Amino acid sequence: MNSGIPIQYFLILATIMFFAGVYGFLTRRNLITILMSVELILNSVNINFLAFNRYLYPHKLEGMFFSLFIIAVAASEAAVAIAIIINIYRRFTTINVEDVNELKF
Amino acid sequence: MSLGTFLIMRHELLLIAAALSVLIAEIFWDPDKKKGISLFSIILFGVITIIGFIPSPSGSLFGGMYISSGTTLLMKNILNIGVLLVFIQSVTWLKKEENSEKISEYFLLLISTLVGMNFMISAGHFLIFYIGIELATIPIAALAAYDRYKNKSAEAGIKLILSSALSSGILLYGLSMIYGTTGTLYFSEVAKLFGNNNLQILGFIFFFAGMAFKISIVPFHLWTADVYEGSPVNITSYLSVISKGAAVFILIIILFTVFPVIIATWQKTIYVTSVLTMTIGNLFAIRQQNLKRFLAFSSISQAGYILLGLIGGNQLGMASVIYYILVYIFSNLGAFGVVTAISNATGKENIDDYNGLYQTNPKLSLIMTLALFSLAGIPPVAGFFGKFFLFTAAAQKGYYLLVLIAVLNTIISLFYYLLVVKAMFINKSENPVEKFRSDFPTRFALGICIAGIVVTGFASIIFEAIRNLSFGV
Repeated sequence: MNSGIPIQYFLILATIMFFAGVYGFLTRRNLITILMSVELILNSVNINFLAFNRYLYPHKLEGMFFSLFIIAVAASEAAVAIAIIINIYRRFTTINVEDVNELKF
Repeated sequence: MSLGTFLIMRHELLLIAAALSVLIAEIFWDPDKKKGISLFSIILFGVITIIGFIPSPSGSLFGGMYISSGTTLLMKNILNIGVLLVFIQSVTWLKKEENSEKISEYFLLLISTLVGMNFMISAGHFLIFYIGIELATIPIAALAAYDRYKNKSAEAGIKLILSSALSSGILLYGLSMIYGTTGTLYFSEVAKLFGNNNLQILGFIFFFAGMAFKISIVPFHLWTADVYEGSPVNITSYLSVISKGAAVFILIIILFTVFPVIIATWQKTIYVTSVLTMTIGNLFAIRQQNLKRFLAFSSISQAGYILLGLIGGNQLGMASVIYYILVYIFSNLGAFGVVTAISNATGKENIDDYNGLYQTNPKLSLIMTLALFSLAGIPPVAGFFGKFFLFTAAAQKGYYLLVLIAVLNTIISLFYYLLVVKAMFINKSENPVEKFRSDFPTRFALGICIAGIVVTGFASIIFEAIRNLSFGV
């Protein structure tokens, strides 16, 4: 492999991104920021796929294709989520999750 | 390879054609007669459901990415029947003034989720599986927020889309580990290369957690009750029956075909989650007042019973899971049908509102009772046989303690199902739900549900047919 950076660096970066995303998802109070955290998780998965593909299985492109599809699906997910967030803003005039709490135990 | 080869994926092609024709019908339909689109879509979908039963050759397409076999066809047909029932039940609700502009959206989005589920069930590669699972969840989030002018509906929509996005992120992270260790994503090749490598098991755990979100297994169930309560009733019934059924189908296929090597690991995982799911679902169901929340927790505990069928990894287990989903479709849609009818007529959704229902609407009360008895598993109805086969499948592999816990949980569930029955038959009320006559589609759908509850229980030929198409690890 001609690349100078060992694969571990990519995997560690992806792991940090994944858990930063999960942490953000659980602690953030703004719906847009929560959506950004989900994107962080999906991008960490992309890095994982690409690093594995490039370093371990360079003769096949399955990982590359998978990450392309993840990007496309994440975009459509974000589109629907943002549409719903706009609707929430019209209903509640806020996008803070603590104020969007009509449903509870 | 000729054009005829594509007939293997007949179910998906027909559904895509149906979705497109609903879209085109929306454009050219007379704007004053938009309500006719419901009838058009239901007849179209009914025809597709019937065509689905014509025997079809099995085989694979796209280099093994898409696999069709007798089992997948059976699963798709079961889902088709369920969706048809949901469609018929929703006609009354779609007739309301506030929905008249969005009738075709409802059918278009539901049919596209069904396309996703069919691709997911037929997947032979994790890419198709992933696209299918996303196609099955994204439109349903838009539908949960269908009542645009209700705060609760918008809230349910955002909760559903965010938790399903998180769950698919977790699932994908697991898949990336499986890819990293095996170098392939084809089901057949992953199964060969899978070992007891730690990273692979970690990947499997992430994958299972992602799937557990979709089936709402404890501890990943927290979104369920809120989403079920906030969504329109018809969407709730779709979520609790069809989405859950499809996710269970694909989970059982993947566990049995991709991960047979680590069966000891996933048996432990399922053991713990199954006990937790049954118990917590039941305990929370007791304290619910809103019927939709009540049915949400009841459906969580039902998922716990379904896991009992998976745990053995035997052929009987798979057959009993498929059979139980079929029974569950009829019984849960029966219960939801009554809730829908009363909610449409009066807007009432609490258990207290059902006090004295038997005096005013005896037929609806009897249907509700039969459906709840079937969910609880009381002998003459189909639910009993469904639970019986699930428990047998687990006992066959020696999980006696687990079966005992499940039976105890059935008794707890009987208590809260009977609370509703007691409200309808015994409790007195000052102002009960007034007497009303529901229209033809509602009665028709409820009739099919009742017939299904009775027939699937007594016709042993159905279980035998399912059993012949199932397979073990």
